[in-house]
Amino acid sequence: MPFPLTDAAAWCRLLPFAVIAALACGAARAETVLVSNEKGNSISVLDAASLKLIRTVPVGQRPRGIVLSRDQHTLYICASDDDEIDQLDLDTYELKQPLPSGADPENFALHPDGKHLYIANEDNSLVSIVDIEQRRVVGEVAVGIEPEGIGISPDGRWIVNTSETTNMAHFIDNDTRKVVANVLVDSRPRRAVWTADGKEVWVSSEIGGSVSVIDPETHAITHKIKFEVAGVPKEAVQAVGIAITRDRKLAFVALGPANRVAVVDAANYEVKKYLLVGQRVWNLAFNHDESRLYTTNGVSNDISEIDVPDLRVLQSVPVGAEPWGVVVRP
Amino acid sequence: MSPAHYGRCLLGVVEREGLRFINQRGRFVAALVRPLVWLLIFATGFHFVLGVSIIPPYRTYVPYEVYIAPGLIGMIQLFQGMQSSLSMVYDREMGSMRTLLVSPLPRWYLLVAKLLAGVIVSVLQAYVFLAIAWFWEIEPPAIGYLAVLPALILSGMMLGALGLLLSSAIRQLENFAGVMNFVIFPMFFASSALYPLWRVQEASLPLYYICSLNPFTHAVELIRFALYGQLDWVSAAAVVAALLVFMALAIYGYDPGRGMMLRRAAAE
Repeated sequence: MPFPLTDAAAWCRLLPFAVIAALACGAARAETVLVSNEKGNSISVLDAASLKLIRTVPVGQRPRGIVLSRDQHTLYICASDDDEIDQLDLDTYELKQPLPSGADPENFALHPDGKHLYIANEDNSLVSIVDIEQRRVVGEVAVGIEPEGIGISPDGRWIVNTSETTNMAHFIDNDTRKVVANVLVDSRPRRAVWTADGKEVWVSSEIGGSVSVIDPETHAITHKIKFEVAGVPKEAVQAVGIAITRDRKLAFVALGPANRVAVVDAANYEVKKYLLVGQRVWNLAFNHDESRLYTTNGVSNDISEIDVPDLRVLQSVPVGAEPWGVVVRP
Repeated sequence: MSPAHYGRCLLGVVEREGLRFINQRGRFVAALVRPLVWLLIFATGFHFVLGVSIIPPYRTYVPYEVYIAPGLIGMIQLFQGMQSSLSMVYDREMGSMRTLLVSPLPRWYLLVAKLLAGVIVSVLQAYVFLAIAWFWEIEPPAIGYLAVLPALILSGMMLGALGLLLSSAIRQLENFAGVMNFVIFPMFFASSALYPLWRVQEASLPLYYICSLNPFTHAVELIRFALYGQLDWVSAAAVVAALLVFMALAIYGYDPGRGMMLRRAAAE
C-alpha cells in the first residue's frame, strides 16, 4: 500500500520510529575516536560521525599504546619516554596523576577486572602489572627481549606477550604470574589478540609478514596467514595491528608500509581483500557496533575510516604527528 | 519550418550516427579496447604513482586505476568527438553531406544535431566502460552514475564541437589523421587524465599552466567530480565556455558565405 504523504495520522504513527532512529543516530554521533600521536606527544580527539578533529590534548613524551578504562571515562596512555602511564580524564580532557610503569612502556592491556594494567616494558624485557587503584607496580614477569604486544584472554586467566627480538609469544598464567609456554613465531612479533570466544590468539609478525593463529590450550600454531599484495615488495608487507570481529567472521590486519589493511575470513583464514589506506598503517580499532574500523597511518599522519560491512575505505583525515594507537569511546 | 521538421532532422541524424556505429562493430570494440588497455596494462604498471596524497573529490587514498578512470572516459569522448567529425569529412568526400546541407533547416541546427548524435554514442560508450571498470574495483557511489550523465553530455558536446571545428578546416580525409595526432595526443597527455596537476606543477610550471588551460583537463575534472556526486564549478564553466567558442567557430567555419568553406571552395 502506498504511503499517503498527506495523511497526518500516518505520519503520527511513524513518529515513534523516527524518534528511535534519531536517538540511534545521536548515539552513533556520540562516539569519539582517540588517537595517540607518537611524535606529536598528544592525543587527537575526533567526532566519529563526522571525523572532524574536536581537540588535540598534549600528553607525556612519545605516547604509543592507549586503552580505555572500563567505565570509559579515563584514557590510559603509555608515555614511553616518560616511563609512566598517563591518565587522561575524558570528561574534562585534563591529565590526572600518572601511574607508574616499568621502563619504556610501549603497549599494554587492561585486565577484564578493570583494575590492573599489563604493560610491555620494551627496554628491560619485563611485563609489569600495575594496580590502578593502588597506583603501584604489583608484579613483574620476565619475558623475552623487547616485549611488545599484550593480549589478555576474555576470562582474564591468560596473558600473552610477544617479544620482538626473541620472536616468541609468551603465555603467562595470571594466577601464578609465571610463563607457562613459549611459542616460536615469525620474525618480530607485534600484536597478540584474543578472539572474543577465547579459543584463539592471533599474533602478527612484522618482518615475517604473517599472522600465527595459536590454540591457547595446546599452545600450537594451528594456522599461519601469509599476505601478498600485488605490486608491493614482499619486505614492505609487515603485519602489525589486528582486529577481529566479536562473531569471529572477519579479521583485519594492518600491513605497515604496504599501506594496506588485509581483510581475512576468520573462519577459513583466507585473505579476502586488501584495502588501501595511508602510509605505514599500524594499529586498528573498531567502533562500538563494529560497523567502522579506524586505522592509524604513522607516516602520512592520518587515520583512515573503513566501512566494515561494505569493506570499503570511506575517508582518511589528518591527525597529529606519527599517529600510533587508536581507540573508540562509545 | 515547424518543430516537427527540426525533430525529424535530429532523429534522422541521430539514427544515421547510431546505424554507423552499430554497423561498424570493430569501431565499438576499438572504442572500448583503447581505454581498457590503458586501465588494465598502463594503470597496473603505474600502480604506485598515487597513494601518497588525497586529492578532491576523493576522501581517501585511491589506487591509480581509480584515478585514471575519469581520464579514460574523457579519452573515449575525445576519440568519439574526433571520429564523429571524421565522418563529416568522409561524408563531404562521398557527397552524402550535400544532401544534408541542402536541407532548408539552418546550418547551425544541422551542426548541433550532428553534435548531439555523436554525444549520445559517446555517453553510451562511457557507461559500457564504467560497467566493465566496476569489475576492476572502480566503484564510484551509486549517485555518481547518475550525476555523471550531465557531465558526460556537456564534455561530450565540448569535445564534439572541437571535432566539428577541426573538420570544417580540413579538406581531405588524409589530413585528418595528422590533425588527430596533433590534437588528441597533446590534449590527452597535457591534462589531468593520467596524473594530478600538482604533480605536473612540481615538475614544470609552464606545463602546469598549459594543462590548466587545456579544456580537456576541465572535461576530465568535471567527470571526476560528478562521479563522486560533486560539481566542480570551475571545470563546468570552463567546459561551457570552450563549448560555446568551439561551436561558434564551427558554425562560422561551416557557413558557406563566410567561413572556411568559402576559402576552401576558392582553393579548389
